[in-house]
Amino acid sequence: METKKLAIIATKGSLDWAYPPFILSSTAAALGYEVEIFFTFYGLQLLRKKLDLQVTPLGNPGMPMPLGMDKWFPVLGTALPGMQSVMTMMMKKKMADKGVASLEELRELCQEAEVRLIACQMTVDLFDMDTADFIDGIEYAGAARFFEFAGESDICLYI
Amino acid sequence: MADFDDELDASGLNCPLPILRAKKSLTAMESGKILHIIATDPGSVKDFEAFSKQTGNSLLESREEGGKFHFLIKKS
Repeated sequence: METKKLAIIATKGSLDWAYPPFILSSTAAALGYEVEIFFTFYGLQLLRKKLDLQVTPLGNPGMPMPLGMDKWFPVLGTALPGMQSVMTMMMKKKMADKGVASLEELRELCQEAEVRLIACQMTVDLFDMDTADFIDGIEYAGAARFFEFAGESDICLYI
Repeated sequence: MADFDDELDASGLNCPLPILRAKKSLTAMESGKILHIIATDPGSVKDFEAFSKQTGNSLLESREEGGKFHFLIKKS
């Protein structure tokens, strides 16, 4: 049986959106897939050694909030200072309570399972990012490098 | 419950951890050995069926008992 391939482009750098790339990649690897994730723009935040990702209720009407706040709390209120850190704290606590893995753990499991992590070199230059802030074992490359693998993939996702 | 060689308690863990831990345990086992997995995530019932189908490790048993899910997987 030929090995199946999963290619993912990770473009988002918030706590909630950091999960899908790492959950899907680690699971696919456990199922025997060969996996590559290409991190671009805000997705680069997922490669930092020290993750400090936030979640915001701002402009996100689908986000369930405590005490039914999503039903009665004024939309503008979600822009209040401190709202983002409160929601981030609550989300992290909820995740820990429900036995959802931390991002660090999932990322480590991905690396253990030989999921290849590729950082977009252009984004690194664009935002003057310091590669010393990123975890070890990642590759820096461009769009053509992504297609080398994606072109032969069975599943290709843009997240 | 039939005999098993190794046991993995994934109680309290949520998707995809039970699958990832099971995969890790199976990797360390010899072919033909049986792994008993205990989980509390209701999604794990369908997930272990799918895992077994896709990896070729046979799911010998899947049942619920006292709010926990028990699986027996034989390493291919």
